[in-house]
Amino acid sequence: MWRFFHQMGSPRYFYHLAGRLVPWLGVACLVFLLYGLYDGLVLAPTDYQQGDSYRIMFIHVPAAWMSLFIYMVMAGAGAIGLIWHMKLAEIIAVSCAPIGASFTFLALVTGSIWGKPMWGTWWVWDARLTSELILLFLYLGVMALHNAVEDKRTAARATSILAIVGVVNIPIIHYSVEWWNTLHQGPTVTKFDAPSIDIDMLIPLLVMAVAFKLFFVMVLLMRARCEVLQRERNTQWVRELVEAS
Amino acid sequence: MTLNKPVTALEARELTCIRDDRTLFSGLSFRLQSSQALVVEGRNGSGKTSLLRTLCGMALPDAGDILWCGEDIFRLGADYHACTAYVGHRDGVKLDLTPLENLSFARSLGNPDPDCTAHQALEALQLAGFEDVPTRNLSAGQQRRLALARLLITRARLWILDEPFTSLDKHGIAIVEELAHKHLVNGGMLAVTSHHPVNLDPGATTRINLSE
Amino acid sequence: MSTAPLSHAYLILFKRDLLLAFRKRAEIINPLLFFVLVTALFPLGIGADPALLRAVGPGIIWVAALLAALLSLETIFRSDFEDGSLEQLLLSPHPLSVLMLAKVSAHWVITGLPLLLVAPLLGLLLDLGADANATLLLTLALGTPVLSLIGTIGVALTVGLRRGGMILSLLVLPLYVPVLIFASSAVSTAGAGLSISAHLSLLIALLALALSLSPAATAAALRISLS
Repeated sequence: MWRFFHQMGSPRYFYHLAGRLVPWLGVACLVFLLYGLYDGLVLAPTDYQQGDSYRIMFIHVPAAWMSLFIYMVMAGAGAIGLIWHMKLAEIIAVSCAPIGASFTFLALVTGSIWGKPMWGTWWVWDARLTSELILLFLYLGVMALHNAVEDKRTAARATSILAIVGVVNIPIIHYSVEWWNTLHQGPTVTKFDAPSIDIDMLIPLLVMAVAFKLFFVMVLLMRARCEVLQRERNTQWVRELVEAS
Repeated sequence: MTLNKPVTALEARELTCIRDDRTLFSGLSFRLQSSQALVVEGRNGSGKTSLLRTLCGMALPDAGDILWCGEDIFRLGADYHACTAYVGHRDGVKLDLTPLENLSFARSLGNPDPDCTAHQALEALQLAGFEDVPTRNLSAGQQRRLALARLLITRARLWILDEPFTSLDKHGIAIVEELAHKHLVNGGMLAVTSHHPVNLDPGATTRINLSE
Repeated sequence: MSTAPLSHAYLILFKRDLLLAFRKRAEIINPLLFFVLVTALFPLGIGADPALLRAVGPGIIWVAALLAALLSLETIFRSDFEDGSLEQLLLSPHPLSVLMLAKVSAHWVITGLPLLLVAPLLGLLLDLGADANATLLLTLALGTPVLSLIGTIGVALTVGLRRGGMILSLLVLPLYVPVLIFASSAVSTAGAGLSISAHLSLLIALLALALSLSPAATAAALRISLS
């Protein structure tokens, strides 16, 4: 009975629930985003060392946070899907990868733009940027595997395994890269962890982080809804839905 | 061992299999008991192989359950695999090993039957004399018989055979049918797909046609 | 269920794979040639200045070893998959993770161990020095099993895919980063005459982690790929 509920019941329920949530999330995300951007780009004080160029931090730092967070969500959902054979968790895991890759890419690009005025070059083998680059490759691997496997169900399950293997490895990779960095270059300018960040800068940063999270949840739900429709296209309720529209 | 349990049965409940968007079968239920055979029929691509792979426990059904002695086969795992033997499209024999090496390996990796050695199994499939020839040098029919010899060396109650008669001649088919018959008489079970008509006791045979 | 102990199943499969490799000896040599060739290409590409080679040598040898390991890994399941033996392993009553460990260890003996034998030679070519050369051997002995163990998960996920090889490198290479970093910097550090105990303990820790987690992950991946 439980299995029946998981397998047949939830995708449909999820589809309608998510459909109702998406507009609300969109509005909330927009409000946070506008306020965060205004606060960060206009109201926050100018940095005495970096001038106005530090303001890219309000995009870069939340994006970097999201890149890791989404990978963990992906691995978590994948594990749930594998252990309890829950189709919905598989769908969530699969839908995470492209969003996570986009955030990782955003973090890399903004990090590189930020580096230009500071270091004078577009790319420096800084520990965090390097970790972020490897994370991007991990995401691309997940997406490549998902595209390569033809059967959707198998693809989702294989991807989940890879995501779990990746999540075990991420801390090790991160640690090793940091170690490598101190070994080869000596400590670079620690631009990312400002020890005492001004409260006027912290607030827009946190607001932006919330906005990014909301954005992630919204896009995730939208992607998952598409995936649900695709997977369940042979079922009665999807046919009724199509006929009704 | 499950050999002495009162009810040994394979039961499928409302199985559904979807491959790449196509529903191959749905709501498929059957029950297979000692000394009974299941013959799965249907056109090419109707899901016969998928059904057998699901019965083996290799593929997950998209819905439904498969029970062995009343327990879910995916929960039983290794305990279920110890009771089954599978011969699929691909022979599962190493061409670079000799038939004897192949069988000894399969025997020790399975659940060995103390009453049947690798030599006896080769004899039963009329491969005696080929023990030490590299399998690569055997004919396709002989390689197929070697694959089928694997059925005898483990204590498998349930044989799952996917097109066992492929590349066998009339004589080879007769040998295999005889083995299947003996297996059923001894209380075994059989699930088989075949393009070739299978000669089994009609009273003990369930037929399922997946194309209908 | 099975009366035989686990080590029995492990040994049976291990021996079978070694026997098969012995009967097809030619295949052992290919990754080895690749390893030597790639390493030999670097001086041609970056110049033969001994000081430069000594500085980049450990990295070069390790990257070459990594690529050679990746290249040879692809074959670990291929013949078993093509002739149906892999299905039979999956349906064996023995725990699949033990069988996977047997396959990986046999594969490492066939493809990883030879790398160790030629590596000191390459160290000489790149003028690494005695200390660095000994460390190179030690790091290869500790590191290449980790590469095999991690890589096999990737192979299990891509077995049966048409463009498996390309995808495999994308899946596996990012996961190889820690081994590369710890091992090649151990060799450089030894070359500079400093202590490498930290590097070695980290490599041992990686090996222990890979040994304990990777066979189960490989088994799970294989069940999914073949379903």
